[in-house]
Amino acid sequence: MSSSAQGSSSEPERYEFRARPIHQFAWTRRSFFKALGAGIVVFTVAKDALALQESGGARRRDEREPPKEITAWLHVGEDGSVTAFTGKVEIGQNIRTSLAQSVADELRVPFDAVRMVMGDTALTPYDMGTFGSRTTPTMSPQLRRMAAAARDLLVQVAAKEWNVAPEKLTTADGKVTATATGKSIGYGELARGKALARTIPDEDPVTPPERWTIAGKSVPKVDAYAFVTGKHEYTSDLRPPGLLYGKVLRPPSFGATLVSLDASAAQAMAGVVVVHDGEFAAVAAPSEREAQKAVDAMHSEWKTVPQPSSKELFTYLKQNPESGDHEYHKEAGSMDDGLRRAAHRLEQTYTVEYIAHAPLEPRAAVAEWARGKLTVWTGTQRPFAVRDDLAEALHVPHERVRVMVPDTGSAYGGKHTSDAALEAARLARSAGHPVKVVWTREEEFTWAYFRPAGVMEIKAGVASDGTLTAWEFHNYNSGAAGIGTPYAVPNQRIQFHFVRSPLRQGSYRGLAATANHFARESHMDALARAAKIDPLEFRLKNLSDARLRAVFEAAGKSFGWPAAKSKPGQGCGLGGGVEKGGYVATCAEVAIDGESGEVRIVRVVTAFECGAIVNPDGLRNQIDGANIMAIGGALFEAVAFENGRITNPRFSTYRVPRFRDVPRIETVLIDRKDIPSAGAGETPLLGIAPAIANAIFDATGVRLTSMPLAPNGLQA
Amino acid sequence: MRRGARVMKSIELEINGKRHQVYSDPQTRLLYVLRDELGLTGSKYGCGEGQCGACTVLIGGNARRSCQISLSAVAGKPITTIEGLEQNGRLHPVQQAFVDAGAFQCAFCTPGMIMSSLALLGQNATPSESEIVQFLQGNICRCGTYLRIVDAVERAAKTMRERKS
Repeated sequence: MSSSAQGSSSEPERYEFRARPIHQFAWTRRSFFKALGAGIVVFTVAKDALALQESGGARRRDEREPPKEITAWLHVGEDGSVTAFTGKVEIGQNIRTSLAQSVADELRVPFDAVRMVMGDTALTPYDMGTFGSRTTPTMSPQLRRMAAAARDLLVQVAAKEWNVAPEKLTTADGKVTATATGKSIGYGELARGKALARTIPDEDPVTPPERWTIAGKSVPKVDAYAFVTGKHEYTSDLRPPGLLYGKVLRPPSFGATLVSLDASAAQAMAGVVVVHDGEFAAVAAPSEREAQKAVDAMHSEWKTVPQPSSKELFTYLKQNPESGDHEYHKEAGSMDDGLRRAAHRLEQTYTVEYIAHAPLEPRAAVAEWARGKLTVWTGTQRPFAVRDDLAEALHVPHERVRVMVPDTGSAYGGKHTSDAALEAARLARSAGHPVKVVWTREEEFTWAYFRPAGVMEIKAGVASDGTLTAWEFHNYNSGAAGIGTPYAVPNQRIQFHFVRSPLRQGSYRGLAATANHFARESHMDALARAAKIDPLEFRLKNLSDARLRAVFEAAGKSFGWPAAKSKPGQGCGLGGGVEKGGYVATCAEVAIDGESGEVRIVRVVTAFECGAIVNPDGLRNQIDGANIMAIGGALFEAVAFENGRITNPRFSTYRVPRFRDVPRIETVLIDRKDIPSAGAGETPLLGIAPAIANAIFDATGVRLTSMPLAPNGLQA
Repeated sequence: MRRGARVMKSIELEINGKRHQVYSDPQTRLLYVLRDELGLTGSKYGCGEGQCGACTVLIGGNARRSCQISLSAVAGKPITTIEGLEQNGRLHPVQQAFVDAGAFQCAFCTPGMIMSSLALLGQNATPSESEIVQFLQGNICRCGTYLRIVDAVERAAKTMRERKS
């Protein structure tokens, strides 16, 4: 898709898409087999190496010099075990399970035979990062191609051993079987004593979704046992021998610079290592408590600069434009004509506040130096970028840096940067010991980055028959993701405006699509009411995209739209859209307490379609979770700040959704086996905020235009 | 260590039926001793202010936030952590219920959720949905698997009742 008005799925996102040059990791085939044992390997190679490989015949080159730059993706061992390699990371979105399903499915082995090695810069192929809902649409087919290549190779080996044509052989359940005789042999046995490698062919069709046997099923999450017993080791749980605990001296406010530092008291403490390197002042100590004590004992002077505060946020965003590199500006038809033809014209400004990711596992890293090599374990969505940041900041070649990502205590787009890794690595180098840095919750709420705040301005017109005639949409700062409209409007002006952000901001689950959908779908509701048309009917009337129509219709049907109101304070609303290849529509019912003004979400129905479903139960889990997370941003989450300080940096002051906030949620899945799978970790968030806002309007007649909508309920 | 900086004492802790002798400041919070000294890292740091429940352990049968409770307050009292639930390779019914309900995503909150659920079921063998919600209100799952956690507690309650009868 291009950056059209159709809610483009691949719109480069300012806060997320930081492309870096692709590095190939120099694993030789020999060292690969040495590490994994004999068997069969599928890999990709750098271009020139590929040419060499092809001229020599990939499958008989074992004894000759292997190409220098091999990136291995899949290994079948002598015991029939399958190891698949990917630079993607598991952060709760369930790809360790869903990717293994695709590999097992394509290779025709039992699910349990597949092990995923993920997010290890020394072992896995280069990957830009786990974000943008890209794993399912890109990594899953990639691993399928690898698995298909391995399967072809296994068939060829069997064909040669049995002296039959490969076409006479079939594969299933980890075995190759001769159709004529019924004779079969296990993959492990075929791989035994061999060191066969092949590159993936240009064309090798993979199994279409209608013929999936392991993918498409609700395979339970792998590692569930480790999670419920507390045995899974997150980064923050690692304790290598000799470990020290790191703490960083933080500035008193954003933008403050260090004027002077007296660390002599900290230095005098037994076992404490102090590092003062430019603006970086930190300690490593034998325990968390001692580290904290040492940091507290540092005397520092800072030069502060005045900073904006949340009470002036939206004025600030409008008054501080900046030029940027990914301009988004689309014009179609003539706004003047469109507005002239309109029977109803509506203009409104919508706003969203900064919100925090607040992953339950704060940013963490463990760093260890040995013989000039640096190893860092850290919870990040971009292990290769963290490796490069480490190499650059610490002036070591990137070949001497290895980053590993243990399955992480969530991220939601918040773990793209390398802060904790850099801190731990710098400390470890001076300490001569491994150092662990785990951010406190307060650090997490202050020194991480936030989902961008934004101002959205819409001017729109609708003809007397309910068709849209004009649509002008401006987004200031929050981002261009989902900025277009999926509705058919002949006259459009859509523009994203860069702004100097008062706070450090970055990627967030759903990116700006949440803000843009909130504004657009709220405005659509207001237009429908102006034209006196049911909001669902109004959307369908202006919608030609069949997939989006289908989710709106499905959600409306399951919800019982239009729902009759039976009591005061009751209201229903809906919202939806298309983003990153996923289609979502959400209906919500709210109940507003007449006395307290409390907004309670009673029930939610979300219909979702993302092509062929890889794991229905995993998908339902994601959709429920997305809805619940989005309730926080919709109703009450907001980062409060004043003159460079966050004033609510705790769970006691920054409210996130808890058990009592959770409505009944019904999920309607539309499984399109005829359409390639898209990701599903983000798009399900988009419908609920406008659905709630529209339901509140339905209940009260009040149009709320700022997210969070009701941090303290609806007060008179 | 500077002399007089803190009072170090030998303290006996009874964790998961096993006695541990730790030499520490009695004011140290239990969570840090569990994680950093005893290697029981199943209890998690999520906030350090008793707001998220990721560090929940049982003291006696009661759910307590181990990031808030000092060593001196738990010395000699029976402490149960997530590591103490599995018996002879068999998951506790609450653990099994979380697996069966698929009640996690990143699972960082899971040990705390399980410990809180266990405390609830110790007090109330037949909790209603609203009682579960009420009891677990202090535990955060940022991934939003709350509905599945309620389901898991209901499943666990059922299994535990069946085992008793």
